[in-house]
Amino acid sequence: MSILVNRSTRLLVQGITGREGSFHARMCREYGTQVVAGVTPGKGGTVHPLGEAGVPVFDTVAEAKAATGADASVIFVPPPFAADAILEAAAAEIPLIVCITEGIPTLDMVRVHALLRGSRSRLIGPNCPGIITPGECKIGIMPGHIHRPGNVGIVSRSGTLTYEAVHQLTQLGIGQSTAIGIGGDPIIGTSHRDAIELFQQDPATEAIVLIGEIGGSGEEEAAAYVREHVRKPMVGFIAGQTAPPGRRMGHAGAIISGGKGTAAEKMAAMKAAGIEVCASPAEIGATVAAVLGAGARR
Amino acid sequence: MKIHEYQAKDLLRQFRVAVPRGRVAATAAEAEAIARELGGRVVVKAQIHAGGRGKGGGVKLADGAQQARAVAETILGMTLVTHQTGPEGRLVRQVLVEETLPIARELYAGIVVDRVSGQPVFMVSAAGGMEIEEVAATKPEAILKMPFDAGYGLQPFAARQLAFGLKLKGAAATAAAAMFIALARAFVALDASLAEINPLVLTSDDRVIALDAKLNLDDNALYRHPELKALRDLKEEAPLEVEASKYGLNYIKLDGNVACMVNGAGLAMATMDIIQYAGGRPANFLDVGGGANQEQVRHAFEILLQDANVKAVLINIFGGILRCDTLAAGVVEAARATQLALPLVIRMEGTNVEQGRAILAASGLKITVAASMKDAAEKVVAAARAAERVSS
Repeated sequence: MSILVNRSTRLLVQGITGREGSFHARMCREYGTQVVAGVTPGKGGTVHPLGEAGVPVFDTVAEAKAATGADASVIFVPPPFAADAILEAAAAEIPLIVCITEGIPTLDMVRVHALLRGSRSRLIGPNCPGIITPGECKIGIMPGHIHRPGNVGIVSRSGTLTYEAVHQLTQLGIGQSTAIGIGGDPIIGTSHRDAIELFQQDPATEAIVLIGEIGGSGEEEAAAYVREHVRKPMVGFIAGQTAPPGRRMGHAGAIISGGKGTAAEKMAAMKAAGIEVCASPAEIGATVAAVLGAGARR
Repeated sequence: MKIHEYQAKDLLRQFRVAVPRGRVAATAAEAEAIARELGGRVVVKAQIHAGGRGKGGGVKLADGAQQARAVAETILGMTLVTHQTGPEGRLVRQVLVEETLPIARELYAGIVVDRVSGQPVFMVSAAGGMEIEEVAATKPEAILKMPFDAGYGLQPFAARQLAFGLKLKGAAATAAAAMFIALARAFVALDASLAEINPLVLTSDDRVIALDAKLNLDDNALYRHPELKALRDLKEEAPLEVEASKYGLNYIKLDGNVACMVNGAGLAMATMDIIQYAGGRPANFLDVGGGANQEQVRHAFEILLQDANVKAVLINIFGGILRCDTLAAGVVEAARATQLALPLVIRMEGTNVEQGRAILAASGLKITVAASMKDAAEKVVAAARAAERVSS
């Protein structure tokens, strides 16, 4: 078991004919993901060279869904057009939309956020590495080979820091149920809290790793939820303990503003919710091993 | 992107947000001419990208053109130190010369995008002139908040509600509501990430005017506002950060002595953290991004080495899209080109890590390869300490 994606997920790629979209569609397919369609407006009717039979390209998401039964979409569309691509996928009622694109204007995401209210689609990202259920389905840009099937769920705002955590676990022989990168932007579709709720409900997930960073209050909201509803052991880390206030640390959402969104506040909220918080990013793997070994139920 | 107060006011004027009459001057003679044109008492305000200018001596009143010239002479060319500039301060190159107004009340108005609700939120407070963060911390109930739809704008009833909430009456309430609607329109039209009018003043003749104005613009939206791009003032930004941005690198200078180069913002922050955890102090944040090429890696390296405080360098790369062999080739090239004399510790994992390690080993350079993040941090901190001892 896993959350959101598995071996039966049928993926369509928005922006499949672009450089990034084309490269990562191939990497996802090589990992074992069923890539069933591509969408590039104006290139409908062509066949994208991928695998032996190739992948059909459509002008619209609605057509692609009707023809192939795609139930997930990954977006590799440049920032000026990415919000529109998300809305197109949502209008076609694609259940899972993963937006990798970095650099979408905030007010475009404000519009997406408003229009997705009440929608049947779940958005992951934008500005994220994607989601992977090891051994079954990879939707995104993460290196597949560092993962290993198992029972630890991971949710993170970062890309490479998630790979680091996954790598530490895999080296210790601990596999992952699903790893999900929710993205580094201020307005995102799926929050830490949402992902943790899904992991709590997933019988195959026995422990959960929450990786956060400075800025916003997503980690505090997740901690409040964990305190009330989560009984699985949890390990946490917050990046940016040494970040100066008022400076945007790479991610658009990673900024301490007006004294709010500091690592110290987030770590305290997580500790108060019973999460094992690591001060050093090198200790994530070992801490997970310890909580799993202890069979801890909080 | 930050812009100057005078630029923000010029923009707001176009959206019919009332601002004081005035213009920017780069010389004392220009300041004198503007003051003469305005007539009467004027205020001369230093234009730098930082708040707290008044307390630092960067805002002064002047009676008439002669005095405006004298005041401008003292402010132009001064190094203004405020709580936002750091101890090194900022050189003042321009002043804004404005009319003074008969102030009855000082208020606050601001707009940010609220991350939780995913909407812009209009905020007002009767405690104008104070730092809004301080008000939020000590008297959160003194801030009135009104979320609004970015597409439809701030509705008139919502704007009135804010005005009445500030205990404004009659013509003053009407003027304030109109001003709030105009400010909300400007925020959306300009793709701003922050708008702050502090203070917003009520004059004794019931006008509502933006006495100060701060606008931050969304960098990601600048592609659709070519006219706003021109407002960027590179002189207000740290030179190394400007240089880094030219190459698509994300660099922020800090005050430690262990430089670091990392791919990905989260891992870059975590690397700074682990340097501190190992007993050292990070000299910078540097994210070379997910898809960096050899040339970017070389530029990144050169930028790190321009910081004179740096005693040792740590490179921490988790190869996904950025392959370890690309990174290694870039580092070797950069180390040779810069005749690197500082200790260099490299930790890499992920795609093509074996090829990357082989390139480093074959280079003949003195590079310490670390086994893990922890190992890397300990080694680089020890190296920085040893270098510090030698030089002192």
